[in-house]
Amino acid sequence: MIAFSDAARYRWAVFSRVIAAAVGGYALTSAAIVLLALIWPLPRAQAVGVATLLGFAIYAIAVIWVFSTRSAWRAWIGMVAPTAVFALAAWWLLPGGGA
Amino acid sequence: MKDGFRQSMAWLHTWVGLVVGWVLFFVFVTGTAGYFDDEIDRWMRPELPLAERLDDVERDAMLALALDRLEQVAPGAGRWSIELPHYALQPRGMQGLTISWEELPERGQRQGRRGREALDAYTGEPAEAIEPRATGGGQLLYRMHYLLHYFPRNVGILLVGACTMLMLLAIVTGVITHAKIFKDFFTFRSGKGQRSWLDAHNVVSVMALPFFLMITYSGLVFFPIQYMPAAITTVYGDSPQPTRAFFDEFFERSDEVRLPLARPELSLARMIDHAEAEWGAGQVTALDLRHFEGQAPQVDVRRAHGTQIDFRDPETMRFDATSGERIASDAPMHGAGKTRNVLIALHEGLFADIWLRWLYFAAGLLGCAMIGTGLVLWTVKRRKRHQKRDGGAPSFDAAGLRLVEVLNIATIAGLPVAVAAYFWANRLLPLEIADRAQWEVHSMFLTWGWVFLYASLRPLRRAWIEVLWLAAAAFALLPLLNLLTTDRHLGVTVAHGDWALAGFDLTMLGLAALFCYMARTLQRKWRSEAGSAGETEARAASADGETWSNVEAEVAQ
Repeated sequence: MIAFSDAARYRWAVFSRVIAAAVGGYALTSAAIVLLALIWPLPRAQAVGVATLLGFAIYAIAVIWVFSTRSAWRAWIGMVAPTAVFALAAWWLLPGGGA
Repeated sequence: MKDGFRQSMAWLHTWVGLVVGWVLFFVFVTGTAGYFDDEIDRWMRPELPLAERLDDVERDAMLALALDRLEQVAPGAGRWSIELPHYALQPRGMQGLTISWEELPERGQRQGRRGREALDAYTGEPAEAIEPRATGGGQLLYRMHYLLHYFPRNVGILLVGACTMLMLLAIVTGVITHAKIFKDFFTFRSGKGQRSWLDAHNVVSVMALPFFLMITYSGLVFFPIQYMPAAITTVYGDSPQPTRAFFDEFFERSDEVRLPLARPELSLARMIDHAEAEWGAGQVTALDLRHFEGQAPQVDVRRAHGTQIDFRDPETMRFDATSGERIASDAPMHGAGKTRNVLIALHEGLFADIWLRWLYFAAGLLGCAMIGTGLVLWTVKRRKRHQKRDGGAPSFDAAGLRLVEVLNIATIAGLPVAVAAYFWANRLLPLEIADRAQWEVHSMFLTWGWVFLYASLRPLRRAWIEVLWLAAAAFALLPLLNLLTTDRHLGVTVAHGDWALAGFDLTMLGLAALFCYMARTLQRKWRSEAGSAGETEARAASADGETWSNVEAEVAQ
């Protein structure tokens, strides 16, 4: 019984990390490139362009981090917290936002 | 998940690689073929003439004829272009005198209707159009590597994008896992089962590692709207069409109003002479005529691409069409745009000359080998684990392993058979049947499905060997089929020096040799293993329960 629940727990932890990586990582990447596009000291279109180009690298690093950190919980916090910070900063910088 | 950074990266590498391996194999096979898309196009349209070189044509007369024709078919258009006879990169090959135009946009439209016409350089009459057979050609094969087939366009793009992102992950985690990347590159232990497969996977992966990284990352850059829209849609969120607003601004598209063109009174040939004095003879490929409101009508003289990587943005020299004076060209692209353009140009490899093109092709084949050896390595590892376990009773894992092995055979050995079937269908399908081009593709996928069924019904080792032999035969016989069905076979193409067409047939023979080699090697190896199997009891059962000695019996049959 214990062996079974261990296996089940392991499967859930893996599944949770897969979602954290795919969905959480994508949200983190999106927030990060919006913020980058807003603070990069280039004309608007170029800043958006380079930030978007870098997005895939950011996504890859995020996913690698999700699968290398100690627990699935840490993986989720590591995705959600920066996403919130970046999104808030971006909202503040956007015209019509907090600034 | 495993403890330790490197271990967890190895875990990630294994599973990411397995999940997308087969799709990526398809992408690499069709994408590698795409480096010769124009050559495949020509082979699949044997009605078109052999490659020709145009003799020197009197330039003034030729330009006058082209302008005559433009005035006739596109009076008052917004752009006239005249391409001089030259060696073009897209489609690759000698291209004769060609005119193209864009009419003024209709009210509410941004672009006008476009037209294109090949002309006889001596008479200025539209070149005689030959109606080739209906075929998807090399272009269709090439488009499959980012659209797949039978999927709506956006679904295909997203599926390939997800797999590409996982490929990027597999590459990065593979490098992290691989601690002794340099030392292992010079290590190959042959005939040692799993160890050999690992070494093979390492060698092919590291050999073209920069290419794999470049091709994967640049592949993602093609579709920012589909893959990474966040920055674009947020920053341009207040415009009615965010993507269009972004691209207009990024590519600095002017919204200047175009005026209808009239034939310039000055000699265009003098502008070409001027440009050639600076660039060298034979460097001018085309002329573009435009007239913007508030400016003098202008002529852009386009330079040959040379070895410049960013080939879509050729060097130009601009002239005032009324005074003949040289005027300033558009400012060069900004850094962000150049970066994007170079990434895309590196991916497409259209700038590459024939030798670099072969290097691209070889790197693509190494990519297939990397994915193929990785997939096989997964099964070899798993099978070993199963053999260690007692009994070998049927289990979920065993069924999974069997599925992976069948998919491996159907993809690694079977997909090439399917590609060969696409070429066979091009020569064998009746010319007049409806939807002929579609049936060529259906033939490819039906063959692929058949190989999958075949592999799932046969003992694994026999299926590997038989499908590999089938691939060898299918490619080896293509030049023969070509000889029997067309007059564009090796006897003609080599004699004529048309190496694009001859190269296709010769490449098929080369691929046949490759599959022969693979089939022979497997056959020998398994025969010798089976021979010694009687002595080692530990090896009695293989994954799907067959004994090594009955494999031998089957192979020997």
